[in-house]
Amino acid sequence: MKKVLMGNHAASWGARLSRVQMIAAYPITPQTQIVEELSEMCGDGSLKAKFLKVESEHSAMASVIAAESAGVRSFTATSANGLALMHELLHWAAGARLPIVMVNVNRALAPGWNIWADQGDSLAQRDTGWVQFYVEDNQEVLDTVILAYRLAENVSLPVMVCYDAFYLSHTFEPVDIPDQSEVDLWLPSYVPDCFLDPHHPQAFNGLVMPSHYMEMRYKLQQAHEAAKTLVDEIGDSFGDHFGRHYPAVETVDCEDAELVLVTSSSMTSPARLVIRRLREAGKKVGLMKIRMFRPFPAETICRLLRGKQKAVVVDRNFSWGGSGIFAAEIRAALANERHAPVIHGYISGLGGKSVTPERLTDMVEESWKNSLPRSPAIWKGISA
Amino acid sequence: MKIDNSFEELMTSGHLACQACGGAMIMRHCLKALGEDTICVIPASCWSIIAGNWPYSSLKVPVLHTAFETAAAAASGIRAALEIKGRENTKVLAFAGDGGTFDIGLQSLSGATERNEDIIYVCYDNEAYMNTGVQRSSATPEKAWTTTTPETFPKQGTKKNIIQILCAHKIPYCATANVAWPEDLMRKVRKAAETRGTTFIHVLSPCPPGWKIPSEKSIEVARLAVDTKVFPLYEVINGEEYHISVEPKNLPVEDYLKQQGRFSHLGKEDFEFIQQKVDYEWKVLLQRSMMESFQMVM
Repeated sequence: MKKVLMGNHAASWGARLSRVQMIAAYPITPQTQIVEELSEMCGDGSLKAKFLKVESEHSAMASVIAAESAGVRSFTATSANGLALMHELLHWAAGARLPIVMVNVNRALAPGWNIWADQGDSLAQRDTGWVQFYVEDNQEVLDTVILAYRLAENVSLPVMVCYDAFYLSHTFEPVDIPDQSEVDLWLPSYVPDCFLDPHHPQAFNGLVMPSHYMEMRYKLQQAHEAAKTLVDEIGDSFGDHFGRHYPAVETVDCEDAELVLVTSSSMTSPARLVIRRLREAGKKVGLMKIRMFRPFPAETICRLLRGKQKAVVVDRNFSWGGSGIFAAEIRAALANERHAPVIHGYISGLGGKSVTPERLTDMVEESWKNSLPRSPAIWKGISA
Repeated sequence: MKIDNSFEELMTSGHLACQACGGAMIMRHCLKALGEDTICVIPASCWSIIAGNWPYSSLKVPVLHTAFETAAAAASGIRAALEIKGRENTKVLAFAGDGGTFDIGLQSLSGATERNEDIIYVCYDNEAYMNTGVQRSSATPEKAWTTTTPETFPKQGTKKNIIQILCAHKIPYCATANVAWPEDLMRKVRKAAETRGTTFIHVLSPCPPGWKIPSEKSIEVARLAVDTKVFPLYEVINGEEYHISVEPKNLPVEDYLKQQGRFSHLGKEDFEFIQQKVDYEWKVLLQRSMMESFQMVM
């Protein structure tokens, strides 16, 4: 069934089709419509889930963690300051190895108040142990929520599905809504190995001495390694079943490219246009869309960028005192690579500024001309 | 008083509590009253330690250890999961200290109570952050010593009245209890379990190292808190209908305070000040207990 959906409602549909059993959420712009729609679905009985309307994002994550610990598939959604408030519990969810799925609508952090697109909120949570996806369009929003549950429950890790405020959250696009029966075939119901059960009393998340803490954290990293391997397998399986493929890293025209433009999230769509135009003008350029940020698909990126002259990495985020975060990760991934490209890092679109085709073209042409970038992070689109 | 021991013990020996810990006794009595079909939520508190380190547990019920400020939110999440699974009869016990209840956990407790989640929340109140080494909380009594309220500048201001806060939420059932009255405590826990919606029991929890009392005085001091009216025992239905559970012996507050090293810096004037405040609060409680609850006029 095709429907014209805003990105937020595509997320609600993803949760509904995943048959989530418990939802806890707190309103925050630009996420709110996800949970409004889910309230409607719970209200009319089309989704059989218990919806807790809690008093903060912190309590949303706390109750989702508890519900998941009691063995039910759980969901929440948030944005920016809401996600920041959850920070302590994001560690908790990953450390407890709970396959929670959360949608985060990427929004700038205050101050000053800014409700527009910026990846700084979720990238600040990169070390919490969550798998992170950054998606490009509304169809990918819906599909990734379903796919996220399959991955999460396979490796016992929480998954965050991130997309840009307004560029997707409030933008309407035609979305193919798969049949529930098809989703049920692909995503089996959640059967946890252990959960809070009075018939088999166990204590969860208690005191761990130095003799075992590091071992448990090592297992957390092993799960991330497993997720890195599994994600393309699951993406392929999703593609075989639903006809839409989602690799962790997508490339366009990269085979013979000398320069690769690297993007994530919604700016990938104008980047596709830019690459097509530049190809038509005879330039050997390609596009790389990084869909999965944690675990970071470093090996895949190294393989795909090996032998290229330049990679132009566009970040809608910034690590203060450092550089763009995707650029930093790519530099680290390429550190031991013999034929690594020069990385030209650009910062653009913070706090909702548009990353236009013109701006992207400017970055590519500037990088083409300069053998080395003038700085590790070149800010584009700053009004003088 | 004779303790009815016919209930199953769901707390084992080998736990890590200090000698004569009120919190350990309160947990034991609570689980006896609730039975094995119970899931227990423990936020950061002495009980994060007492329960035992991984992979051990001193409780024979499932336990979810959770972040400091999340007891009521986590209990709400478990209740939601049980409802979805059709396990409505399983009881959910949130077991938190005074810091996790009066201070950092107050928001989530208020949220859960306002939503009227079907959970039993027990606060074991030892009147300070004991697990981190006796720092003041908003449950610390006025003029008491703690490591952050030294004798030269003891705790300023009254202890927060948590029961009044919960009554303002029109909580279906709340009560105060005391380890020196274990049967009364267990009766209240059972009553809480039988009540649908949020229930709250505020239990005074003597802490020998934090209160600077010898272990063998733990119960005696707890009993004096009631008999001096410092910590009266009562129940409140729907935030309105007050019932006093134990008639205090009306002993002077000095008898209670003088037993404890945390009040050793107090003089005659302090005793008099505290006595007058306690007498006033008792009068307020008596008046409340004479109020009729809300009835809609037809």
